[in-house]
Amino acid sequence: MNETILTIQNLSVSFKMGTRITKAVEKVDLVLKKGETLALVGESGSGKTVTAMSILRLLPQSAIYPSGTIEFGQKNCLTISDEEIRKIRGNKVGIIFQQPMTSLNPLHRIGKQLKESIFLHQHTSNSAADERALLWLKRVGLKNPLNKLSSFPHQLSGGERQRVMIAMALINEPDILIADEPTTALDVTVQAQILDLIRDLQDEMGMAILFITHDLTIVRRIADRVTVMKDGRIVETDLPETLFNAPAHTYTRLLIDSEPKGGPDPANEEDAILVKVEHLKVWFPIQKGILRKTVDHVKAVDDISFTIKKGHTLGIVGESGSGKSTTGFAILKLNNSQGEIILGDNNLNDMDKNQIRQLRKRMQIIFQDPFGSLNPRMSVSQIIGEGLNVHYPGLTPDQEENEIITVMEKVGLDPETRQRYPNEFSGGQHQRIAIARALILKPEFMVLDEPTSSLDRSVQFQVLELLKKLQKEFRLTYIFISHDLKVVKSLCHDIVVMKDGVIVEAGDSDKIFSHPEHDYTRQLIATAFQDQPS
Amino acid sequence: MPKINLTKINRERWNRFRANKRGYISLYLFGFLFFITLFSELIANDKPLLIYYDASFYCPLVKEYAETQFGGEFEAPADYKDPYVIKLINEKGWMITPLIPFSYNTINYYLEGPAPSPPSRTNWLGTDDRGRDVMARLLYGFRISVLFGLTLTLCSSAIGIMAGAVQGYYGGSIDIFGQRFIEIWSSLPTLFLLIILSSVVQPNFWWLLGITLMFGWMSLVGVVRAEFLRGRNFEYVTAAKALGLSDAKIIFRHVLPNAMVASITFMPFILGGSITTLTSLDFLGFGLPVGSPSLGELLAQGKANMQAPWLGLSAFILLSLMFSLLVFIGEGVRDAFDPRKVY
Repeated sequence: MNETILTIQNLSVSFKMGTRITKAVEKVDLVLKKGETLALVGESGSGKTVTAMSILRLLPQSAIYPSGTIEFGQKNCLTISDEEIRKIRGNKVGIIFQQPMTSLNPLHRIGKQLKESIFLHQHTSNSAADERALLWLKRVGLKNPLNKLSSFPHQLSGGERQRVMIAMALINEPDILIADEPTTALDVTVQAQILDLIRDLQDEMGMAILFITHDLTIVRRIADRVTVMKDGRIVETDLPETLFNAPAHTYTRLLIDSEPKGGPDPANEEDAILVKVEHLKVWFPIQKGILRKTVDHVKAVDDISFTIKKGHTLGIVGESGSGKSTTGFAILKLNNSQGEIILGDNNLNDMDKNQIRQLRKRMQIIFQDPFGSLNPRMSVSQIIGEGLNVHYPGLTPDQEENEIITVMEKVGLDPETRQRYPNEFSGGQHQRIAIARALILKPEFMVLDEPTSSLDRSVQFQVLELLKKLQKEFRLTYIFISHDLKVVKSLCHDIVVMKDGVIVEAGDSDKIFSHPEHDYTRQLIATAFQDQPS
Repeated sequence: MPKINLTKINRERWNRFRANKRGYISLYLFGFLFFITLFSELIANDKPLLIYYDASFYCPLVKEYAETQFGGEFEAPADYKDPYVIKLINEKGWMITPLIPFSYNTINYYLEGPAPSPPSRTNWLGTDDRGRDVMARLLYGFRISVLFGLTLTLCSSAIGIMAGAVQGYYGGSIDIFGQRFIEIWSSLPTLFLLIILSSVVQPNFWWLLGITLMFGWMSLVGVVRAEFLRGRNFEYVTAAKALGLSDAKIIFRHVLPNAMVASITFMPFILGGSITTLTSLDFLGFGLPVGSPSLGELLAQGKANMQAPWLGLSAFILLSLMFSLLVFIGEGVRDAFDPRKVY
């Protein structure tokens, strides 16, 4: 059990762009023992993925290794030939990536992709490989494995694809499994299943796991030892119990303490209704034949109704594919829908394009991916000021500048940085820029589409606090779309739980969290809060 | 301002381009050749650059002078290659002749043998079958080819990018009909149309440009359309829609810059293709009007006069040099726009 199989000593990794060198990892020491799970924790940009990728030398050509050794099986992975490293990849060391959607080749059947990794490292007959692939699909718990063998990746759900990825990584029975945030892109309930699966397979096969994550909940569940990284360096390494109970380093403490807590600021029940949605339907037609006759519909959102009072936050909760984002988009008229959407006293579905355009300053949206929602070619002040030109065309450049500076101060950005470009800011700051862009139009109503889910926990916390502060100050009304119930609990007054395009449960936030009535809600709450002593 | 960021990204691209020695040198060489040929009139001309005669200056490049001005007998424009005129001028002054004393259409009447005559002291690369200086024709021919290519590239790229942008951004029926139209349009035989046209009108530079443009603007549509199909789903595009921006603004400010990288990468190759088009039309005799300095026509002469290899060889060498340079530049640009490329 205590036999060491991987030793990383004094590893530094840098990226070279012309004459500019960016340090990504500095003097990292790691030891991985047989059969254990080492969790590598840190926020994005802390160098955890770079460290793991350098084990298999999977980094782009621009990576250089100024110092260090990675010893695996009496060999230094950094200096052996390409031929030898290929023998290790996928054979001795398997790897699972974060994005199950893009790590499988969409053009090949699952069976072929599985067999490919068998043929690469072993000489077996086609039928033996078939059998083996089938066996592994069973082992990773896929239903109807024989059928899945001849399916294409797009026919599988996210969780199923991640199971296939795990099967691919383990099919050659490696000594080490590198799991790079394997559950981040998955829904909470699926996350739990995948973690259990990895655990079970480890018990069965006794491989060592290097588990990269930023989610401390997962660490608690799965890790034997935890290593915390920050800015390319290792901050501390310890057993999870010691680490969580008595973190030695301030950074670790910050990570642990930044779980969202508390509830929303109390709102007045007598407030007037601002947004009213009646029988909202978003149906995407399925067209067949040459004449494109509509044969059926994908009912992304099917007949839902709810109201939001001014100054309140409505949380829309559900897993991916439940139609929660589609609902948010439909309310803002960013996609077509049927039914009534009433904002104040305007029915949005009765208005034409230009009338909607006039109304846009009253309703705004914050997206999930903060960086993706900012045009990388525009400076921050251009991004924030863009809407001003449309809705307040009478402003002089000086007034515009003043507005931008004011709003940047409101969202906690340094106005001095307004001439910089998005890539010079961090994830949390990106989200602040996006909030500033919406806020400058003085909206009454904002749709927040998973605004924190791609942020690190500690930053999430800050963004949520900011959203609460702004709500209080401007009496903003929010629709908060999320799959993260912890976050929802800390922000929302009312909750709507969606599944497959319909509302399964709706009501007061406290009531739903304390007495969930629907099975699905109960399941969601159970998975989200299972690690917390309540 | 966007320029600051652009210069930052572009500086990196420029550095990457410069790191590719072959492309960088090719760009300089091509630029140098093009710059030189822009001043062909000063390098290869049958008129002197400057005449000093009887205490006053004459500039025959700008103004036409009659022979009588220099004490001759005819009212006709002075022929500065005529030994008699040269003698007249030199008696009362001097004149500066260009490096190559022939224009592209000057016929050298004082050849020692029958045209085409081999390279000699006066005609460095020999003369063609009508006694015109090959060197001068190469200079002018290079210029007209590149100018034609550049104009065609810019115009066809502009049209192609617009068409691709509209199709990709709006999608749906605009896209379907646009694509089908392009498929039908691109299958029309350009060459036959040109042949028919040349029997109706005398095709000149602009006619040719118009026709080749009509059938050549499709090259960038596919790339730009694909970029727009991808780009219109970006979150910052949705964000711009949510802000209430107009479609035109979204297209130009938010989506088009993404398509520009792919377009610019293609441009050196489109330029090469445009030049080839002109050359082949000239070679077939459906190109520029008779007498124009064209590389294709020189090639055709080389083919017709196998006993005079300097004709075909010089046209061949110039063309292959030009295309090699363009391909090298294109490779350099392509690598420069690839952010993963290590330099």
